[in-house]
Formats: sequence, structure tokens, C-alpha cells
Amino acid sequence: MNQNTTISPEEIKDELLRSYPAKVAKKRAKQIIINSVDKATDEVPEIMANVRTIPGILTMRGCSYAGCRGVVLGPTRDILQITHGPIGCGFYAWLTRRNQTKPATDKDENFMTYSMSTDMTENEIIFGGEKKLKAAIEEAISIFHPKAIGIFATCPVGLIGDDIHAVAREMESLHPEVNIFGFSCEGYRGVSQSAGHHVANNKVFTDVVGLNDTVKEGKYKINLLGEYNIGGDAFELDRIFEKCGITVVSTFSGNSTYDDFTRAHTADLNLVMCHRSINYLAEMMEKKYGLPWFKVNFIGAYDTAKSLRKIGEYFGDKELKDKIEKVIAEEMIVVEEIKKDVTTRTTGKTAMLFVGGSRAHHYQELFKEMGMKTISAGYEFAHRDDYEGRKVLPTVKIDADSRNIEELKVSADPEKFKERKKASELDSLKANKNMEMNDYIGMMPEMDENTLIIDDLNHHEAEVLIEKYKPDIFCAGIKEKYVVQKSGVPVKQLHSYDYSGPYAGFVGAVNFYKEIDRMVNSKVWKYVKAPWEKETQLAATYACD
Amino acid sequence: MRKIAIYGKGGIGKSTTTQNTVAGLAEMGRKVMIVGCDPKADSTRLILGGLHQDTVLDTLRAEGEDVDLEDIRQFGYKNTICVESGGPEPGVGCAGRGIITSINLLEQLGAYADKEALDYVFYDVLGDVVCGGFAMPIREGKAEEIYIVVSGEMMAMYAANNICKGIVKFAQAGGVRLGGLICNSRKVDKEADLIQALADKLGTQMIHFVPRDNMVQKAEIYRKTVIDYEPTHPQADEYRQLATKIENNKMFIIPKPLETQELEDLLMKYGFMD
Repeated sequence: MNQNTTISPEEIKDELLRSYPAKVAKKRAKQIIINSVDKATDEVPEIMANVRTIPGILTMRGCSYAGCRGVVLGPTRDILQITHGPIGCGFYAWLTRRNQTKPATDKDENFMTYSMSTDMTENEIIFGGEKKLKAAIEEAISIFHPKAIGIFATCPVGLIGDDIHAVAREMESLHPEVNIFGFSCEGYRGVSQSAGHHVANNKVFTDVVGLNDTVKEGKYKINLLGEYNIGGDAFELDRIFEKCGITVVSTFSGNSTYDDFTRAHTADLNLVMCHRSINYLAEMMEKKYGLPWFKVNFIGAYDTAKSLRKIGEYFGDKELKDKIEKVIAEEMIVVEEIKKDVTTRTTGKTAMLFVGGSRAHHYQELFKEMGMKTISAGYEFAHRDDYEGRKVLPTVKIDADSRNIEELKVSADPEKFKERKKASELDSLKANKNMEMNDYIGMMPEMDENTLIIDDLNHHEAEVLIEKYKPDIFCAGIKEKYVVQKSGVPVKQLHSYDYSGPYAGFVGAVNFYKEIDRMVNSKVWKYVKAPWEKETQLAATYACD
Repeated sequence: MRKIAIYGKGGIGKSTTTQNTVAGLAEMGRKVMIVGCDPKADSTRLILGGLHQDTVLDTLRAEGEDVDLEDIRQFGYKNTICVESGGPEPGVGCAGRGIITSINLLEQLGAYADKEALDYVFYDVLGDVVCGGFAMPIREGKAEEIYIVVSGEMMAMYAANNICKGIVKFAQAGGVRLGGLICNSRKVDKEADLIQALADKLGTQMIHFVPRDNMVQKAEIYRKTVIDYEPTHPQADEYRQLATKIENNKMFIIPKPLETQELEDLLMKYGFMD
């Protein structure tokens, strides 16, 4: 498909807003931004984000429970997770993101193959569900003897006022060998799954991290935050780290274990992949335990190399830096070879990404490596700092929805706080713009001029974009996939990778090149004729605002 | 069959008034079913001569889906049918949802069927219209007539006005209408004038003024209605009159709730005239 280059982003924006009532159009206009970057300061226009979706709009967003149970805690294998709610919530949050896990031996615990729920019915709604929850915990302990149990609240739990935290305390007093904690992640909290990420971060921080001071063997100890091992991403990254001599204490939360979480504070550096879902934990760990953090991106071979070099720079050790360079050189041989072939067919193709709170940014790097151009992108549930960079944090408006999510007050732990870098060392690391110490530059400064940035995209807008821009590939999730494919544009799901992966690291980059080459050059999409292309459509406009 | 719901502020005397009035209707030979919609399950105590033992929700919980009508119905004064919805203990679960469930179950079991030949169903509903569940009897035509028990006390009138707002909401969607205000006297000065004026503003009537009398209390101690306990007492006649007025009532309206300021003006005018 050829991109329509004659149409301006202003015209597209007008077109997107045209069919809305005036009030809706006014709000959406603030969430649809034509990018412009001041190269000297990285200043970008302000975008409205993390605000309620307008009722009636077919949003791509999920709920708070999905963000907490599905995204952040879902990929960890030996915290037994009980959904307190009707059965559907538990079932549909069960392995839908293809998070993989690999217990060390057959005897090691792995509860990810189970979906545990209290199966609340009318009876519990009326009479309260605490008894059933206690019974579920008893049953789970007697069958599985887990080290830890997480309880996840769904909407009705908040409405009828079941106190999951009191139940957790009571059951833990009966079973002191099990760490039991609850997440108040009722689906209706906040404006999207983003609220659930924050709830998850808070509880993991207060109830899990810091319980075990045993230091893991290794010279360069890191945690990898916001990497969920979709399609085996974390396995590939573990391979690279091992090759470089870097020790991963804990990943939050791909291929992770409870024990790893408990001693995460003994690492010397936090690497943040998905800034949106896990930045809270990085910040809190820095305050309490003294671990600095910086933003990395292991999506794309070049960004993987760049991120590895940042780690070398942080530890400042020649031995490590040399090893990293050697690994990069070795790995890039295959990458370059495949890339050379693939780019002959992919250069000049166009992509759109509407996904996540970081993925829409990360994957642009991979497309760039393939010579492809991202013409429009946006997040489902990100905040302004993910778009414009953390520098805007002081000016982000805190609304009532954000206030509903607890903001923990954290101070240095008198015993466990350990200075990893002297103030002068940290200052010089911070002065190095490439390091992004305790910072994230955001997606918009790295995108081209005049690209369209759209927050919380919806079906109507997706259809308009596809019609006007005719992109070669569209990246989103399962809810969008088939609608978009019906208009003859292939879709890559970036929540689950469809059936493929890994896409992270060097091996992942190669997988992605091949997969996207196959998708954008397949002829099958050219034969798709949607019903509305064959018949005349009914059209209507609003008679009033 | 006439379907009547009694609302009013908590403690105003809804259950007492309902049961005494139902006793009047039963005495007239009417077949009545009372459905108590309060988790405390004390809406039928005077008709049954003691607390109902098997609430709908407790039975449902104990028996599962396999519930018979006879498991949850009890027969009291002059064969008046008594049902208590029941509900969770205070501070737990959702009582509103419980009421929805139990009314649905009653319908499903045929409690309202033609063969029961009911003349009246009375829903005695807890307190104000606090949430969707407590509005259940006036939704979807479960109840068609509403009577609000009120007194000359300010908060009781506020509650009555709020309930009217709820009625307006459902009246537009369904067939529910306000039948009148029942003044259950608290011996407030100029109480009858005040409630009559409130009724006028709302566009309804004060269907009856029930004077305060200790006989009501006394009969209650013996778990009886006044008509049952002391049939010749003047207070029994008050309830007979109320029953007759409801039987003959033709005035069913959609109320016009007052603004808070209007309500306060009304109180100023009648409440502090001395």
C-alpha cells in the first residue's frame, strides 16, 4: 500500500474530530497532537493524557484489575494469585499476554498454569464474600503450600465493602509461614489499567521487596523492571546479561519468583523498561534502599546495544565495558546480515503503533532499524510524562481519579539504605544526557515532526487513520486486530506478539525483522475487500451538540 | 391486585403503620401479602405475633435454588401472607442486591400468581431510597402506588421529599404513582397543617392523619396490631379509616418535589408561627 503523502496532519486531525459532538471534539482535540520538537530543549507540545474516556467511545483501554493482576503480577510464577470476584475476571486475566516462565526444576512451583478465583456469586454479593475468600485461602494453602498469596479485588468487592486486607492479616496470623497480601485493584479505580499498575507497585514494595537480605553472587547486580517476558523476551535478555557478566537479581516480573522480589533491594541498579507500569517501584526503591535507576530499551538491536553500554557506563568498570562491546560486536553480525536483506523490502514502509504505556515508543526503534517510518503513535493508558518526558512531572495536574490511588510516603531505611554511588558520581552520571539517570525523555521528543500523537485512540479514529494514511502495518492489541485487518492492513499484536517472539534483544530484533517483512510484504491483504467497500454506507451527522 | 409500597424516613413508623393498616384491610375481608424489604426482617412481627423465622435470603442460602413458596411464606392475622426478604448482617455485603434477588424469587415462585387471588401486596421498605436495590419495589412496576409515612419533623419531611424525587425518576419510565402522605403524628405544633401544605406543594394529598396514641406501643409489646389487640379502641378506628381511604383512593399522581429552600420556607411558615 502506498502512503498518502499529500494529506496534512492538520487535515487528518480535523477529519478525526469532525463527527464528534462539540464537547467531545474539544476534549479529544487536546489528546490529538501534531508533533513538533525543539531540538535544543526537547520541548514538545502538551498532550492531555490519563483522563477518563468519554462514555460511548470504543476505547482500547483495560481496567485497573487487568493492570494489577494481568500485567504486573501475572507473569510471576510462585505467588499464588487469587482473584476475589466473579469467575470472568479471573478467567480473562489468565495468561492472555503469553507471559512465559521457566522454573529451575520440575519440582519448583509454578502457579501460572492455574487461574484461581473465589467465583463470587449472588450469594456473596448479598451476604459478603469474606468467608468464601478465607475458605479459598485455606484450600489454596492446604493444596499448594505457597510462600506467598496475593488477593486481587474486583469491582463488586469494592462495592460491597469486603475488606481483603483484614482477611489477609487474619489468614496470615493463622499461617505465619505464608506471606499474604491484598491488592485493592477494583476495576473501576482510576481511568485505565494504569491505576492497577500503581496499586501493584505499592503492595509489592511494602509487603515483598526488602524481606530477604541475602545478597546474590555476582559483580554487577541489576534488577530489570517492567519486562514481562512476553513471548520469551526476558529469556533472551537473561542470555545477553549472562554473556556480559551482568547478574539479574530480579525481573519485575517476567520469569520471576517471589524470592527474587524479596531481595531485589540488594542489587545495585534498577533498569526500567516499561516506564509507565513500574516507575513507581524504581522511585520508591531509590528513596528507601538507595538504588539508582535509569531508563533502558531492549527493543531493537541498536537500542539494546545502547542500553547495555549505559550499564557499562554506570558501573564504570573497564572489564565490563570491554565485555559488553565484545558481546555487541558478536551479536550484531547476525543482526546486520538479516537487516541488510530485510531492509531491501521494508525500507519506506509505514507503521502505526497504538499500544501500552511504553511499547508504542520502544517498537519505533525496531521499525527505524528496518527503514520503516512511524507516521502516527499513541498510548492506551500512559501519562503525560511518558509522552513529553519526566521533566513535565511538576506540571502534571493531579485529578480526583489519580487521588483515589494511594501515593506512598517513602523515606530512607535506617538499616537497609546503602549509597551505591557518591553524590559527585551520580551528578556526573546525571550530567550525561545519554544516561537518562532517574529520567525518561518520553516518546514525543524522539518522534518526527508532524507525526500524529494520539492518546487513548478509539475505533472511529483508527478507521479514519487507516483510510487516510493507509499504513503498511498497524500495531495494537486483540480488540483492534480483526477490525483493522478487515480493512486490509496487517496487525501485529504487541500485548501478546500473536504467536511469535521473543522480540527483545538481538535475537528478538531478528525475529521481528523477519516477521514484519513477512507481514508487510504478504499479498494476501491486497485481496481483502471490506463489505463497506462494496456497498454504499449510511452516513449521519449530529443535528445538535 | 393493587401493589403498594410504603416508604419514609427510618424510625418514622412505616412497619407499624403498614401492619395496622393491613389489619384493617384484612378485617374488611381483603387478601393481603406483606413483603418486608428490610434486612432486620421485622416488618411482619405484629401480623405474625412474633418474628418471621424463614427469610427469603436465608432460605435461599440454606436450600440453594430448590426453594418452595411455602418455605418462605407464613400466614398471620386473618390469613395475611407474610414474607421477609432478610439480608446480610449490618456492615456486610449488599442488602439492596438482596431485595432485588428476593423479589425476583417471589415472582418466579408464583407468589403473585392469579390463583393466589391477592387483593393487595404491601412492600415495607427500609428507610430512604438509598440505592438501586431499595428502589427495586418501585422499578419495573413491582409497586404501582406509593404512600410515604411522614411527620411534622423536619428530617422526616426532607426524607419524604427525597423519596418523591425517586418516584419521579421511575414514574417517567414506568407506571408508579404517589398515592398520598400518611402523617404519623409526633405531636409537633400545627402538624396536620404543615403536612397538608407539603402535600399540596407536592401535588398529592394527606390521605390520613394518624394521631399519636400509646395504645399502638402497648399492642406492639404484645406483638399485635391495635385492631387485633384492642378492636374497640379509638386508635383501631383510625387505622380502619386509613385502610378504607386507601381502598377508595383514586388520587394517583407524579409528585413535584420541592427545592430545599421551598421546604425550609414551609417549615418557617408553619413550624414557628407562635
